[in-house]
Amino acid sequence: MQTVKIVVTGPFNAGKTEFIRSVSEIDVVSTERKLSSSAEKTVKESTTVAMDFGRITVDDDLVLYLFGTPGQRRFDFMWEILSEGMLGFVVMVDSTRPETFREARSILETFRAYAPTPYVVAANKQDKKDAWDVEDMRHALRLDSKVKILPCVATDRETVKKVLLELLYSILAEMEGKGK
Amino acid sequence: MAFRGNLRDFTITQLLNVINLAGKTGTLVVEGPSETAKVSFREGKLAYAQIGEEDSRLASVLYKANKLTAGQYRAIQQRAAHLSDKELGLMLVNAGYLTQDEILLHLQQHFTDVVRRLFTWVEGFFHFENDMLPPDDRITVRVNLENLIMEGSRQLRELEQLQDEIPSLDMALKFTDRPGANLRNLNLSVEEWRVISYVNPRNTLRQIAAATRMNDLEIRRIVYGLLQAGLVELVRPEHMPAPAVRMFPTDNKEEQKSLVNRLINRIRSL
Repeated sequence: MQTVKIVVTGPFNAGKTEFIRSVSEIDVVSTERKLSSSAEKTVKESTTVAMDFGRITVDDDLVLYLFGTPGQRRFDFMWEILSEGMLGFVVMVDSTRPETFREARSILETFRAYAPTPYVVAANKQDKKDAWDVEDMRHALRLDSKVKILPCVATDRETVKKVLLELLYSILAEMEGKGK
Repeated sequence: MAFRGNLRDFTITQLLNVINLAGKTGTLVVEGPSETAKVSFREGKLAYAQIGEEDSRLASVLYKANKLTAGQYRAIQQRAAHLSDKELGLMLVNAGYLTQDEILLHLQQHFTDVVRRLFTWVEGFFHFENDMLPPDDRITVRVNLENLIMEGSRQLRELEQLQDEIPSLDMALKFTDRPGANLRNLNLSVEEWRVISYVNPRNTLRQIAAATRMNDLEIRRIVYGLLQAGLVELVRPEHMPAPAVRMFPTDNKEEQKSLVNRLINRIRSL
């Protein structure tokens, strides 16, 4: 059995666990814990502390694993471990919380430093009325025009599929580019 | 779509950066603790600015710049208050008091000073009103934002904040290929020019800092400004070896492509 992995990263409460849950064929193996910080509790009750783990069986011989990283900096020792050997990564950003954009950019730079693999940015919660426009987010996140930033609703399987497909297209394009 | 938030999370410099890069037209409304500022942009360039109830009309700007005497200012207020800024400007040009360029220069200085004052605001809410511009009778200008962004970036001094922006000094820099980014129009400091001279995907930030004898804080501060102004971007250094970790279970390129295509087909079928 061959296995490959894609990492889903991003700031606290960006929607990483939901993203994986939307496409995983197994119940996401989530290492969530009740939050201790009262400030964070106002956003959600529990958070991922080690990783989320989802699986998509491709065929008898190939399985795709989706790993979600913990969003808080105090768990960032897990990031490098999780990024080892990834095909590419998705950076989830909450479109309604511009206060997290700086953190998202920092996480993006950190993962780029770990591995020169393709990545896409998923602008999550685009169904909310306070969501920033995707192109405004591109500039706020200082993304090059070549970097894909995709509208996403992590609970909507179709948009999650679209994000994963765009990442895979980027991986394929890079392989073909290197092959020339 | 919303373009709104809190100044604690998003600095004025960062807002200018978004407006500049996105080439936005409209008015940024910033509600500070004691007053509200309205700064208008046309295609990503500063067009007009006003804080609170302060008078940003032409006569007031020229008076504050000592281009009108108190008597002249009073006379305009009394006898020509009905004139629009454009009409007043035309009258002053025709009367030989000022040239059109001088009028525009003073307005530019006034509007950029308003923006500079906003750099000190750290509390407040902002939102951007698309396509909202000052009334037609006002004279607007076209000021590139890069210099203002650089000025604002220089005020960001906290190491912790800079570390968030630039977490690793092992990354390199390359010039962006964004149209309109032009070094010649920028007022850069000597230190900034020294860093610029080393921008190359082969040089890490750590190496540039060593070559320019800057400490971590100094190099981060300067690079942050250049990033904000959209002049450079962070890239992985060309010589940095990729981690020797297997991404694919096979080394055969064709099998790797086949594997990715199988993944694509599977995701499509979900």
